Amino acid sequence: MASATETGRQATAAPAPRPPAIELRGISKSFGAVQANKDISIRVRPGTIHGIVGENGAGKSTLMSILYGFYRADAGEILIDGRPTVIPDSQSAIRAGIGMVFQHFKLVPNFSVLENVILGAEDGALLRPSLAKARKTLADLARDYELDVDPDALVEELSVGHQQRVEILKALYRHADILILDEPTGVLTPDEADHLFRILRGLKAQGKTILLITHKLREIMEITDEVSVMRRGEMVATVTTADTSPEQLAELMVGRKVLLHVPKGPANPGREVLRVSDLHVTDALGVERLKGINLTIRAGEILGIAGVAGNGQSELLQVLGGFAKGTVSGMIAVEGAQIPAAGKGATGQTRRQIGISHVPEDRHHLGLILDFAAWENIAFGYHSAPEYQANALFMDNDAILRDTEGKMDRFDVRPPDPSLPAKSFSGGNQQKIVLAREIERNPVLLLVGQPTRGVDIGAIEFIHRRIVELRDAGAAVLLVSVELDEILSLSDRIAVMFDGQIMGERLPAETNERELGLLMAGVARTAGAA
Amino acid sequence: MDYTTLIEILGSTLRLGTPLLLACIAGLYSERAGIFDIGLEGKMLMAAMASGAVAALSGSAWIGLAAGITASLLFAAIHGLASITFRGNQLISGVALNFVASGATILIAQTAFGQGGRTPPLDGAARFQAITLPFAEALSGVPFLGPFYAKVISGQSLLVYLALAIVPATWWLLYRTRFGLRLRAVGENPESVDTAGVSVIRLRYTAVALTGVLCGIAGAYMATSLQAGFGREMTAGRGYIALAALIFAKWRPWQALWATMLFGFLQALALRPDVIEAMSPGSLTIPVSFLDALPYLLTVIVLAGFVGRAIPPRAGGQPYVKER
Repeated sequence: MASATETGRQATAAPAPRPPAIELRGISKSFGAVQANKDISIRVRPGTIHGIVGENGAGKSTLMSILYGFYRADAGEILIDGRPTVIPDSQSAIRAGIGMVFQHFKLVPNFSVLENVILGAEDGALLRPSLAKARKTLADLARDYELDVDPDALVEELSVGHQQRVEILKALYRHADILILDEPTGVLTPDEADHLFRILRGLKAQGKTILLITHKLREIMEITDEVSVMRRGEMVATVTTADTSPEQLAELMVGRKVLLHVPKGPANPGREVLRVSDLHVTDALGVERLKGINLTIRAGEILGIAGVAGNGQSELLQVLGGFAKGTVSGMIAVEGAQIPAAGKGATGQTRRQIGISHVPEDRHHLGLILDFAAWENIAFGYHSAPEYQANALFMDNDAILRDTEGKMDRFDVRPPDPSLPAKSFSGGNQQKIVLAREIERNPVLLLVGQPTRGVDIGAIEFIHRRIVELRDAGAAVLLVSVELDEILSLSDRIAVMFDGQIMGERLPAETNERELGLLMAGVARTAGAA
Repeated sequence: MDYTTLIEILGSTLRLGTPLLLACIAGLYSERAGIFDIGLEGKMLMAAMASGAVAALSGSAWIGLAAGITASLLFAAIHGLASITFRGNQLISGVALNFVASGATILIAQTAFGQGGRTPPLDGAARFQAITLPFAEALSGVPFLGPFYAKVISGQSLLVYLALAIVPATWWLLYRTRFGLRLRAVGENPESVDTAGVSVIRLRYTAVALTGVLCGIAGAYMATSLQAGFGREMTAGRGYIALAALIFAKWRPWQALWATMLFGFLQALALRPDVIEAMSPGSLTIPVSFLDALPYLLTVIVLAGFVGRAIPPRAGGQPYVKER
């Protein structure tokens, strides 16, 4: 750090090393009483890939928004290439050479790639010359950086990975020297993520500076040169990636020791709890979403379903949870007894009655009613339970409140206030409320989708522990997740879904991310390959 | 129906379709930018009253037109303020402005002229007169096309030709210029425009202003060309018909021309009960009121989605809030 300070000072001397591409000095930003950024200082060396990690709400997004001109900082200074720079709007950020690839792409879906690229960077009042120029530039960029995209394709027809390339192309077309990427791999398959990293390395080799915001520590370790950690609005450390470890980064992020992999003993599978045979689902548009799923789960084991989002995992959870959409055929048996796959006898209520609990993928729409209080959400779905009834007519709200207080205590929900609406809790605490409701019913089968999406790293550990504990208590668990890390660390068996089918089953000890990634991309492994 | 009758009906189709076309293109600019405007009707009505009144006082159709555009722009500015700056509900703002226009036009006209809410009849230079195109007389003898040129194409008001010219101009603006690209983008995904460093607010105000100008021309045409002066509620739902035509046209300029001319044709037909009677089979007579209702019936059918799926601009109706 000391030497970096000196290079900053002597930036004007002739052959001196380049000043930091980005330097922030004492950036602070408050929203009302909440201080999102407190006195942030950071230097990003030119031509490096610099990671920024932190939990949700640590202030990463606010900091990036300040860099891209969405917010003005209350205090502090921004230096780009050593020059003090004021960034009141996105136009100024672009002029300063900053390009941003947002987590949610800012593309016009029914525009062509070319139109999206020139939007806002046209060369004159008429489009024709701009389009011709962009076509040529895109061809050059595609050649230099493996950024191939059909310039005439409509963006809505592109895969997510290609849409992301369009965003990168947009930034490069505007001559960005600094590229900020916000959670770029969240929506990508492992293959697409690898390709993205190759692109980023190519850009780095050309002298571009890359700022990578992610919560995936593995990616930080793989691609960054340096990494800065944010916690509760403060920059707590900047370290050289080669000198750190995921464990150290996690500890810096959370402020205490965190177990990235919850210890779990070997599974002790018992009787068969769930059997699914030849399950098909066709949606309202006539698209077959599940194409003959067969699987079994035994008591005391976790079956992990890996796959890129949108390959039928959601439909599988919906059918098993009792709210299938579309036409369903096939057989589902729980503890040896066949249950209706769809129709009148297949509702959330009937599923719950036979001991199936469901922690849905989309907790904001299916898991909680955000405007309802925590205690109401705890009762939700189990509101006819005998312990919640005062008499034949009325519910016993006090009993529910007391029960909620107990659950909040046991699941470490913060703040432990049953009367707060669900929307006032952080993502992790919302998920704990859902988990508490479902797990404490001691289900024979727990369906759980994306249990840690949008959940902080500290809470992830807690949630994983609870799922493993439930398994050890003898429940069968069906875990659907797009996070391979999560699948690998929790599952006793892994099934990979692609295009509505199960591509294969693996044991976690006998597989790796590469093999799973291929299966997720629909590439069937030939027997005997590693 | 003989050819002469058809030519007559087509001529009035063009006359009656013009205000619909202007209002429809007006709505196109606004909605393509993501601002729904149910207040086309109110703006046309205000413009009709203002242009009728000012043309009567000044004796000049041109000054009347300027007054109409000004009045319509004023209403457009209020709609813009409500829906862009204050992020209000665009439907409610539009409906409110329609109510205000309905009452205010009669009130102002009655106060100023005391003729039961109408403006004095216009003649001479206070009206846009029919223009006879070159060779109209000479070519009228040419079979088939001659009468069409002489009676349909020629002999219309200047504003009709202006409206027709606005169609290709709008197409060119929308698909061949930087402004058009940004306008279409802001109605689909304003964030894409904002992050590209272009002002969403300014683009949307520009679009709303264009809507104001075109509604102003439409209203002025009603009072100073189609008819000779303003009469109470003279727009008679044309703003809503234009909206239906806009959906029918799937927010595209050339299709807007065909859609509005179809509505214009139905309105022209309603003015010719003799033709309908002649075409009615046997003793069955189609009541005139049914013919009057036809354009509105078609509006309902279009709005109910019987013309296939029309995908409106994706960001339509949603105020833009900058956030991450």
